[in-house]
Amino acid sequence: MSEKTTFWLDGAEIPFTAGQTLLEAARRAGHYIPHLCWHPDYKPHGSCKLCTVKVDGRFVSACTTLAQAGAHVENRTAELDDMRRTLLQLLFVEGNHFCPSCEKSGQCLLQATAYELGMMSPHFDHFFPNRPVDASHPEVMLDFNRCILCSLCEQAAKRDGKFTFVMGGRGMRGRRVILNSESGRLADTDFSSTDHAAHVCPVGVILKKRVGFAVPYGQRRYDQAPVSLLDVAEAIK
Amino acid sequence: MNAPAKLRIATASLAGCFGCHMSFLDIDERLLELIDLVEFDRTPLTDIKTCHPCDLGLIEGGVCNAENVHVLRTFRQNCKTLVAIGACAVNGGLPAQRNHLDLRDILETIYETEGGLARGTHIPNDPELPLPLNRVHPIHEIVKVDYFLPGCPPSADAIWKFLTDLIAGRTPTLGHGLLRYD
Ligand code: SF4
Ligand code: SF4
Ligand code: FES
Repeated sequence: MSEKTTFWLDGAEIPFTAGQTLLEAARRAGHYIPHLCWHPDYKPHGSCKLCTVKVDGRFVSACTTLAQAGAHVENRTAELDDMRRTLLQLLFVEGNHFCPSCEKSGQCLLQATAYELGMMSPHFDHFFPNRPVDASHPEVMLDFNRCILCSLCEQAAKRDGKFTFVMGGRGMRGRRVILNSESGRLADTDFSSTDHAAHVCPVGVILKKRVGFAVPYGQRRYDQAPVSLLDVAEAIK
Repeated sequence: MNAPAKLRIATASLAGCFGCHMSFLDIDERLLELIDLVEFDRTPLTDIKTCHPCDLGLIEGGVCNAENVHVLRTFRQNCKTLVAIGACAVNGGLPAQRNHLDLRDILETIYETEGGLARGTHIPNDPELPLPLNRVHPIHEIVKVDYFLPGCPPSADAIWKFLTDLIAGRTPTLGHGLLRYD
């Protein structure tokens, strides 16, 4: 008897190949599982937990869990989406997310995911932390008020053989992206605006200068369609 | 038979820019439809100064001073349903971008050291002026809020969808294109 290579996602039968994660297989089959720290070009980090699904009753991260034949996976249930919304609200109050003045608005994965999940308010009290902005580099600026600690910049820099961005520190207030230069400023690192890291940030931290509002609000990526559609369309194309 | 009683609505702008009120007026001729269903209590549109018992209160702007706290609490006491409308009411918005700075430093820099104001200008201390708070707060940090309508400002279509849902007794849902934070 040959092993069946499908699993069930919210009742739909999803084919997969050995070694594929739940998230990859679901996307390929046209099903959206919310995610933030996962990026198709990088090893899954498994830190944001937005992709949490229930496999046969147990919570797992869909971006790090391999698909298993015959598994029953819950994804867009009210229970899971409620928890995801809470995770998003925690991210919003932990940083300073003033979307109306953010250059990333309309092309930000955090914001688009919050729209998708119908987040109407931050719910919790805000921390209003004091985080640095680094405009030292001539072409790229950094606004850490919006960092969600996904580590994609660190991974993208490594792809270019660099250690420009390194995750460091501990705890909610200590954990941060550290820049690899004595001054701690971007201009003094080996960063170049053609690095993979220059384009990888899912939120509005790593921003190319002087193009911020070239495309106006209302005509941006997630203004065209919700992230659930665009994410899956990207996987299939 | 009498026409059904109209819903009574109050609105206020706290630490906001009146942009949400302007966007509300942008519902244009739909105002005529609305006015068949509601009547206005305290709001900048009627110039009534105090809030009486109402069905619905719409708050624009966050809370940046002692008077904002007072107005917001009065609204909460009088309104059966209270709505945070716009980015500033929802998360503090632009005024809250002063929150990581020290209030005294801000006032001293603006009024005493930076220059640019008339000679002899000092930090205003007229007793008529409400005292600023150390931080600007979203309104849900002060009172219980029943519904949130984000956006800077929420578009007229979003406001219309929200109000018509609420008036019809449905939980307001905005969906793609109407739910925005910018
Ligand atoms: S990074 Fe995204 S969520 Fe944060 S302020 Fe910018 S657009 Fe909004
Ligand atoms: S700067 Fe951007 S890419 Fe780097 S950890 Fe923060 S959110 Fe992720
Ligand atoms: S996307 Fe899976 S944990 Fe972040």
